[in-house]
Amino acid sequence: MTARGDEHGLLSVRELRTHFPVRGAAILSRRRIVRAVDGISFDVGSGKIVSLVGESGSGKTTVGRSILRLVEPTSGAVTFDGTDLLALRSAELRAIRRRMQIIFQDPFASLNPRMSVGRIIAEGLKLHGIGRNAADRRARVAALLERVGLTADHMRRYPHEFSGGQRQRIGIARALAVEPDFVLADEPVSALDVSIQAQVLNLLQDLREDLGLTMIFIAHDLSVVEYLSDRVGVMYLGRLMEIADARDLYARPRHPYTEALLSAAPVPKPGARRDRIVLKGETPSPIDPPSGCVFRTRCPIAGPDCARVVPPLTQIGPAHQVACIKRS
Amino acid sequence: MTAPAQPPLLEVRDLRTEFRTDEGVVRAVDGVSFNLEAGRTLALVGESGSGKSVTSLSVMRLLPEGIGAITGGEIRIGGRDLVRLSERQMRRVRGDEIAMVFQEPMTSLTPVYTVGDQIAEAILTHDHTSRRAARRRAVELLETVGIPEPAVRARAYPHQLSGGMRQRVMIAIALSCNPKVLIADEPTTGLDVTIQAQILELMRRLQKETGMAILFITHDLGVVAEMADRVLVMYAGKVVEEAEVQALFDRPLMPYTQGLMNSIPTLGATVTGAAHPRLKAIRGSIPSPDNLPPGCAFHTRCDFALPGVCSNAPPALEPAGGGRLVRCARWRELDLASGSAA
Repeated sequence: MTARGDEHGLLSVRELRTHFPVRGAAILSRRRIVRAVDGISFDVGSGKIVSLVGESGSGKTTVGRSILRLVEPTSGAVTFDGTDLLALRSAELRAIRRRMQIIFQDPFASLNPRMSVGRIIAEGLKLHGIGRNAADRRARVAALLERVGLTADHMRRYPHEFSGGQRQRIGIARALAVEPDFVLADEPVSALDVSIQAQVLNLLQDLREDLGLTMIFIAHDLSVVEYLSDRVGVMYLGRLMEIADARDLYARPRHPYTEALLSAAPVPKPGARRDRIVLKGETPSPIDPPSGCVFRTRCPIAGPDCARVVPPLTQIGPAHQVACIKRS
Repeated sequence: MTAPAQPPLLEVRDLRTEFRTDEGVVRAVDGVSFNLEAGRTLALVGESGSGKSVTSLSVMRLLPEGIGAITGGEIRIGGRDLVRLSERQMRRVRGDEIAMVFQEPMTSLTPVYTVGDQIAEAILTHDHTSRRAARRRAVELLETVGIPEPAVRARAYPHQLSGGMRQRVMIAIALSCNPKVLIADEPTTGLDVTIQAQILELMRRLQKETGMAILFITHDLGVVAEMADRVLVMYAGKVVEEAEVQALFDRPLMPYTQGLMNSIPTLGATVTGAAHPRLKAIRGSIPSPDNLPPGCAFHTRCDFALPGVCSNAPPALEPAGGGRLVRCARWRELDLASGSAA
């Protein structure tokens, strides 16, 4: 593994900001905005998996959707294989979407219940003109189903006939059908039972090895992404608190929020509950985030300066950046 | 650690619960037995369809009317069998003796009343006290469950509170009548991990202060390891293993228990181990209760299943020494190690 995939990033995100107006809240002409994503920069190297981890309100999902322009970013730059995605018009965007696919969290809601699995998967092929004819497309669908651990005769069945884990496999097959270079996996295992979650994580591991997929994996849990990730970024209130090569992040977390997240995860070992860092309070509203460091209101080591300075993401190791004035 | 000698507060014997579905009658809980003593936490752990939540709803007698019903067994608390109580008698038991906290506090709270009024209401249904005293007690309870500015928050409506705060309100309602047994059904599922840590800490503190017993229903073995004294592992409506928490994690006896443990990524495994380890997943999927395989319900997914043995007769839940129980035809010959550390 190269220590730093930054220079050869397939995808590069710079100072990304996505702000939403608060609906129905234009009180006294002062429009209130939600700073869902507020200045995020990172790179995804070709063939690498970068995970973005954070709790509710961290903006992790909005980052992913902004990159694919499923929501419109407010400012910043997103470059995919040399193309500035934020400058594309809709026709150009449609063309590039063949190379950028998404796997959703909820395998129940994201599959059309009236379409057979074969049609669901073949839809993208048709849309992008892949396959010589219907027979060729059918053969591709059959191969895809087998690739994700289902069988070719599943293509005649409908989503309701499948379990949650199988539906997530269908969602993965649909994303892979158009042979994308990049996949956004948005909490793909969060809704699954533990034993099924392990199967899907292993499948993604296989696919990354066999197909050299480049992926952003979004999760709310640091333990789920550890095995898969090359790099892990930790988000809080629309900002990156820390990003590092995976092993480095788990071995040497530097940001107090990363430490707290690692410490809060229940460990399946009785008596292993360590001197846990239990964060006080809750994530503040992204409409009115704290001044300076957004984490300071819950931070166990915050000082007076933390209210004044927005900590820049600072290099503290070859591939390790942290946004904390006390730790960099 | 061995099982305590004190008499159980709650004793469930051979509980059977059935549901009417489009596919016919389905047995969701099939012969579940356990004891729960004061001050102790018993975890019911399992995946979807294991019957863990139906077990807790059965104990509370909160099964959906006309769809689910207890068809056998006993639920004994304070010398009475809850299965035989009228709905009216049962209403006194709920709250006075057993209270419940659910996963979705938003659906269990009434949106049109303030949380203070809802706690006061719960107090008034069980205690003969004035409305004013009940309100005061509600504010005290909000303080007990760690809600800042309790007098102000008592006037808030549920939608004005975060998920974590709503769960604290639910716990305050559950505590309002000093129950002997608290049933917590996935109380932290869906909450952020930092909030989950707060709620688990709160529950441990309250248990220490009140001595209440907790029946903790969860799918999360990390939460089990942290909260439970004793554990019941459920699969397809049956208990497949029962043990004290340390013994269970040290050496699971049932292959399903081991499989579940191996399915969880070990936090920090890549720090000393390989960079991209694989998980040891359980193959296949959880059978639907209307279509259970013959013999051991787990045999179709089990790496140790013997054809002609595991697929024939359903194994009994048998004592395995040290107060443990296991349901597996082969547990004596298997030597299962726990832990997914790659």
